[in-house]
Formats: sequence, C-alpha cells, structure tokens
Amino acid sequence: MSVTISPKRLRRVFVRKVKELSGQNLQLCYQCGMCSGNCPAASNMDLSPRQIIELTRLGLEEEIANSKTVWICASCFACTVNCPRGFDLSKMMEAIRLLTLRKNINYIRPEDISPQERCELPQIAMVSGLRKFTG
Amino acid sequence: MSLAYYPGCTLKTKARNLEEPGIASLEVLGFKLEEIPRWNCCGAVYSLAEDDLIHQVAPIRNLIRVKEQGKDKLATLCAFCFNTLKRANLLMRENAEKRNTLNSFMDEEIDYGGEVKVVHLLEVLRDEIGWEVLAQKVKLPLRELKIAPYYGCTLLRPREIAIDSVENPTILREFLEALGASPVDFPESTRCCGSYQIISNPDDISEYARDILNSALSHGAEALVLTCPLCDYNLGRGQKELIKKHNEFKEMPLFYFTQLLALALGLDSQVCHFELNYGSPESLLREKDLLS
Repeated sequence: MSVTISPKRLRRVFVRKVKELSGQNLQLCYQCGMCSGNCPAASNMDLSPRQIIELTRLGLEEEIANSKTVWICASCFACTVNCPRGFDLSKMMEAIRLLTLRKNINYIRPEDISPQERCELPQIAMVSGLRKFTG
Repeated sequence: MSLAYYPGCTLKTKARNLEEPGIASLEVLGFKLEEIPRWNCCGAVYSLAEDDLIHQVAPIRNLIRVKEQGKDKLATLCAFCFNTLKRANLLMRENAEKRNTLNSFMDEEIDYGGEVKVVHLLEVLRDEIGWEVLAQKVKLPLRELKIAPYYGCTLLRPREIAIDSVENPTILREFLEALGASPVDFPESTRCCGSYQIISNPDDISEYARDILNSALSHGAEALVLTCPLCDYNLGRGQKELIKKHNEFKEMPLFYFTQLLALALGLDSQVCHFELNYGSPESLLREKDLLS
C-alpha cells in the first residue's frame, strides 16, 4: 500500500492517546513481522498487525480508522507472546478500539444479534463481545 | 480437602457438561470444590486499557470473597474466567498505585493485595494430585481413544498467567496419558478459535474451525479435548453447516476434559451430560466400548 505522509496529516494527539491507553512504548517495534506471522486472523485483515503498528506511530489516524484490522483482532495474545521486543500489541489494538468506542461509536449493534443466537451463545461470548465492540 | 471454587456464568447454564463432571471427579479424588459465596460475573475478558480500573472491580470482588473465607487458593474451571481472575490478581499484587485506587474505591470491602492464588483445575490435577496417582484411580482406561489436545488461548497467554509452556504445552497430553487415552499432537492446538469474534464475524469463525478440526483429523485424531466453553461453541456449532458446504469435512466430537476424567474414573455417564456436546461423542464412545 502507498501512504502519503505530510506534517499536516500526522496526528500527534492520536499517538499520545494510544501510548497512554496501551501503556506501550511504540518505538520498541522494529517491524520484524513476528506479530503478523503468528496472528491467526492476519489473512482476514486489510492491514497486517505489523502495518498497524507502523501507521499508529506515524499518527495516520485516518488509515487506521478506515481499516477493519483492530475489529478482526480476537485478543488471543499470539502477537504478544511472540514479540522479540516485548511489545504488547494486544494492548495497542485495545487502545485503538477504545478511542472509537469512547466516542459512543459502536462496532456492532447488539439488536442485530438474533434472539435464537442470543439463546445459544455462551455468556462469555456475549459479555466479552459486547465489551470489545460496544462503548 | 476443600478447595474454594469459582464457577462463572457459563458453567451454570451452557457448560454444565464442563462443570458437573469436574466437581464429581474431584470429589472421587479427595477434593471438595466449594463454590465461593456471592460470586459475580468476572467480566469474561481482562481489561487491557491502562486507565480502565472499573472493569477490574468485578474479578477482584470474587478474589475478596475467597480471602474473607480465610482461604488462599481459588480453583477455576472455565478457561476464560481463569484468565481474567488470574490477571486481575496479578495487577493487585504488582501495581501499588492501582491497588490503592481500587481498594479505596471498594470502600465497603476488606483491603486486597493479591493474596489469593488463582489456579485452573488442570493444575490441581497435575500439581496436587499428580498424574501417577490419577492413573492409579482410573477404572475405565480410555484405550484406543485418539484425542487431540486443544488448548486455545486463555490458559497459556499472556506468558505471565500460563499454566504450562507457552510454546510447547504438555499438560493436556499428560492428562490424557494418565487416563489411558492416546493423545494426538497437532500444530493448531494453541491457535485461537476466534473467541468473541463469533458475535461480529461468524463466517470467519467457521473457517477457523474448519482449519483447526481438519488439522486434528489429518493428524489422526478422532476427537478434540477442550477446556473452554467458547472454544466448544466456536468449534462445534458450525460443524453441520461445514459438512454441507465442504465434502471433505468430517464431524469431530468435542469433549471437555472433565467429561473424559469422569468417564475414566468410572462415574455414571449421566454426570457428563453428553447430550450438551457437539459432534456425537456418545457414538464414538460406544464404538470404543467406553459407554454402554
């Protein structure tokens, strides 16, 4: 993918907020791609986990907002345990999700889950899913 | 010996086939699992944001219930609850600032500093009972049952809460060997089933399930052994659809580890609630003369 970088497009506030919410030092990442290689969902993502880190630390908020990647992440921590730099990408993904959810923008509409599904889903699926996808 | 026990919401409804055989088996092995009083939902997932302390209150309240009883250990059976409770406990142990804030917020509770040890039932079997003793108690060895251990995520990741090696876990293999079954290793045993993505992205979950189950099958497994009710749902619910969609796909029975334990210890099969399982486990067990 090609991305145009100009001082005007870089969102410093976004980078600061992601750092604060995730508690992670974004500069730790040296772009080796172990996160993408170990992610079981990477093939369904439009931006790979490695790309998301790079775009985040550049402050390219719009590219990230237009990507589904953070919403495809299942917080399985495969990236976290395999990172040679000790960077916890799961926490960065969560921070980016929360920056959207905290503006009262939900990723799913709970009312779209059919009554039958609601009966069948285990409680841990409903509780965890609603916590990850709604504000 | 009595052990404080946290069931969690799912085990009381959808996953009675995980809980009931677990409690009954532990009793045979000399451990009485005593449900903690006034337990509440743990929140299912550990809160990952640095500024989000309110979601830590629910799991910590459960740990306070254990401390109030004068106990220092809490056993869990649901892999999700294990992860959430153990991580919240570590937070209280290791982060003084957040511990103080949470203790001040929960003014009506006694102060908590992570004194309780959170364990999963598999750890009780391995560390307190031991595989040799367990093997001696087996009345019905699960001979010829080829089972692939499926760990999923929450017992092994992140590293600080893992019950076994993150890269090469063996606890389920050792468990199956103690029961006389034949464990079948396969490369997807620690791959995520898709977890809560089931409510937003069910089509992807079916494909993850297909990959995981086909891999187990191609390595010679006849069934999968699980510890998590969400893995069970994600790997089980779509199997009938997958059979219709893909010619090569074969139905794969899914067992909770506690069901195999109860069966091997010679308990009445009714306690296993096989009727709640996916993938016709009873036919496989009859085929192997393990069920009348």
